Amino acid sequence: MDELTSVFVQESREQLAEMEEGLLRLEQDPDDRDNLNGIFRAAHTIKGGSGVVECSFIEAFTHDVENLLDSLRNGAIGVTPDLATLLLACCDHMGALLDLLAAGEPAPGAGLQTHGDELTAALKKVLATIASADEVEIVQATGLAEQAPTVEVSGGGVVITDCWHISVRFGPNVLRGGMDPLSFIRFLSSLGEIIGVATVTDAIPPAAEMDPESCYLGFEIQLQTRATKADIERVFDFVRDECDLRILPPHSKLADYLRHIEELPEDSMRLGEILVRCGAVTQAEMDAALNEQIRGTPGEEGAGPPQIGEILVGKEVVYEEVVEAAAVKQAQIKEKKAKEARLVRVQADKLDQLIDLVGELVIAGASANLLALRSKQSDLVEATSVLSRLVEDIRDSALQLRMVQIGETFSRFNRLVRDVSKELGKEIELNISGAETELDKSVVEKIGDPLMHLVRNSLDHGIEPAEVRAAQGKPVCGQVYLNAFHDSGNVVIQVSDDGGGLNRERIKAKAIERGLIQATQTLTDSEIVNLIFEPGFSTVEKVSNLSGRGVGMDVVRRNIEALRGIVEVDSVEGEGTTFTIRLPLTLAIIDGFLVGVGKAAYVIPLDTVVECIEHHDGESGRNILNLRGEVLPFIRLRDAFEVPGEAPPRESIVVVQFGGHRAGIVVDQLMGEFQTVIKPLGVMFRHLRGIGGSTILGSGEVALILDVAALIQSVSHQESNRLIGTGRAQAGTPKSLVSEKD
Amino acid sequence: MSRHQQLALTDDLTIYHALDQKNALLDALAMCDVLELDLARVGEMDTAGLQLLVLLKKEAALAGKEVRFSAHSPAVRSVIELCNMAAEFGDPLLIPAQD
Repeated sequence: MDELTSVFVQESREQLAEMEEGLLRLEQDPDDRDNLNGIFRAAHTIKGGSGVVECSFIEAFTHDVENLLDSLRNGAIGVTPDLATLLLACCDHMGALLDLLAAGEPAPGAGLQTHGDELTAALKKVLATIASADEVEIVQATGLAEQAPTVEVSGGGVVITDCWHISVRFGPNVLRGGMDPLSFIRFLSSLGEIIGVATVTDAIPPAAEMDPESCYLGFEIQLQTRATKADIERVFDFVRDECDLRILPPHSKLADYLRHIEELPEDSMRLGEILVRCGAVTQAEMDAALNEQIRGTPGEEGAGPPQIGEILVGKEVVYEEVVEAAAVKQAQIKEKKAKEARLVRVQADKLDQLIDLVGELVIAGASANLLALRSKQSDLVEATSVLSRLVEDIRDSALQLRMVQIGETFSRFNRLVRDVSKELGKEIELNISGAETELDKSVVEKIGDPLMHLVRNSLDHGIEPAEVRAAQGKPVCGQVYLNAFHDSGNVVIQVSDDGGGLNRERIKAKAIERGLIQATQTLTDSEIVNLIFEPGFSTVEKVSNLSGRGVGMDVVRRNIEALRGIVEVDSVEGEGTTFTIRLPLTLAIIDGFLVGVGKAAYVIPLDTVVECIEHHDGESGRNILNLRGEVLPFIRLRDAFEVPGEAPPRESIVVVQFGGHRAGIVVDQLMGEFQTVIKPLGVMFRHLRGIGGSTILGSGEVALILDVAALIQSVSHQESNRLIGTGRAQAGTPKSLVSEKD
Repeated sequence: MSRHQQLALTDDLTIYHALDQKNALLDALAMCDVLELDLARVGEMDTAGLQLLVLLKKEAALAGKEVRFSAHSPAVRSVIELCNMAAEFGDPLLIPAQD
């Protein structure tokens, strides 16, 4: 796939996404003109682009879609749910065609082609109903004479553009009559879209004869609209007697344009140029037509045609300045557009490479810093500290580059909710908040599938059927919420619904039946509901085609844990369920807090550190301490990792927090903040709990990064189990993490 | 020696001032070789105003002089854009970062 095509495919996908979003909004608010225009523009852009990359199957299909959208835009037909469904199906089909193009297929396969033909037929059927009404109007307005020229076979093909061409010369008294020609042109844009305007100023006489209160101007305008000729003429009603108005219908023959040129007062060269400029004909079309005329009708029309030809050739000289100025303006407009959109397309590989380099820079910087400190040269220390501050800034902004808003991922679910709720016969609304929350691009890409599972789960199992809701006195329309926000270095994504909630008894019964828990085991409510994430767990007897196959939730949890995140469920029976996903902001670099135990160094992610306090041993013999009245379980890193050697007389506790839980970590030494590049552990160590990765210190030594979430979990389990008195070790936890030390 | 003159238009470029402005501007052009018109304070512009600007450009070209328009006000810019005259005039149009 060449570069042009790949850009086209990428941009078209974005346009399609916009279009789909717009269509969904259109259903809610059929009168939103801006939205409708946006949808039309998206389709139009895709059609235009497909023409450029010469992908005829996309162009042909999109053309019909665009036609239908155009009639929607002009109010010829109204928005109905069926129409919206049809257009959404068209969107899907266009997406499929794009995939085809991306795969390098020359034409759609039989199945896809049939599907496309069906859609096209459906589109044509809708269009036919309006076209018949429309045609009558045109015939009435313009008479049969209008149609005649298009039947005639004449020199040159049909002009590509599908615009009306309006040519108007205002009479001298228009201004004195209190009319401003500019306002007519402005008004024209209310009929449709003005594609191009060229101002004809040739009639302005030399200064001495020029009366500033007379009007000398004319305009050549390309107008894209479904309005009739009569509508366009009506715009100029006020100045009908004072102006010379000519209108060429869309798809006129080139010959019509040539005749048009000859009829007008200005010299033909200027007009040819003007027509090209306002986009009525392309340069190639004009040249071809003129050549043909010269060859085909020598002498018949006198010296006229050759003259145009000659002058057109010479025009290149005339053009230069104009083109240059136009180029400058284009550049400026581009600049402005760039500012508005503030987007630059960068290949993901390049970005990853940059992040990698920044990571190495962080390590090298730390090493330089350490050496400078050892050398005890204050100048050097100062220089390296400035350097490390800059490195920190670079790191932050490099990571920022990878940040994308989650809104795009969220809005994909609009369509899902719409389709699924229709399929299930439930009435469900999706509410999105926190769409502007940013997180790492690679995380966003991978979170889509788990989120999809959760949303489907809410739609399918969460929200009750309408009758049940009505019987329970709830609003019939179910609500599903998607929310995202930042919380202490993490991104929290919540999927919640106001449905029936989870039935604890059934979950427990099922878990016992499946052998996940023992009947005698005492579990808290939150532990019970979180059992749904265990492999092979599904409580719904009826398997629908959405979810309920028992392979949803454990996959969700595995996917999220692969992103170093956690997922929890919280449910109130009868009121609804909330799934909470916590994800780290980025996967590459973190701010760490360096601590020492024995000779080894460990890094605790700084975002999770709340405070550091001194540890006085032997308060209770239990691994619990009283922190300003709060009960805080703690873990001794020395014991947890079985570090040999005696603990020093003074130990410290680092209080960490994760996901609303707090715990203390007892360490020998506090060594301060440290920027850390996370190096993943090898495959061999993947199942190690409590360690999140490794990093290289400035001195070249390796330090392990603590997985605070896992540590806190094991600490609270250990302590609560102890309090309950069962003393049972959580299955699957390494022995060293739960070593009893009474 | 080229004489360069700057002139700031203070009135609207509309039919109401067109006659006075035509004379004033042509006089100004006659006095110099390069005339720079500051359009920053033009609050309104209509067809008559547009014609005047075109006339000035034409006259200047005939006399081998130069007229430049600068600091286009939003009103002027919108007319020039509507009529697609930016290329014809050839003056750099400064487009503000936010409209």
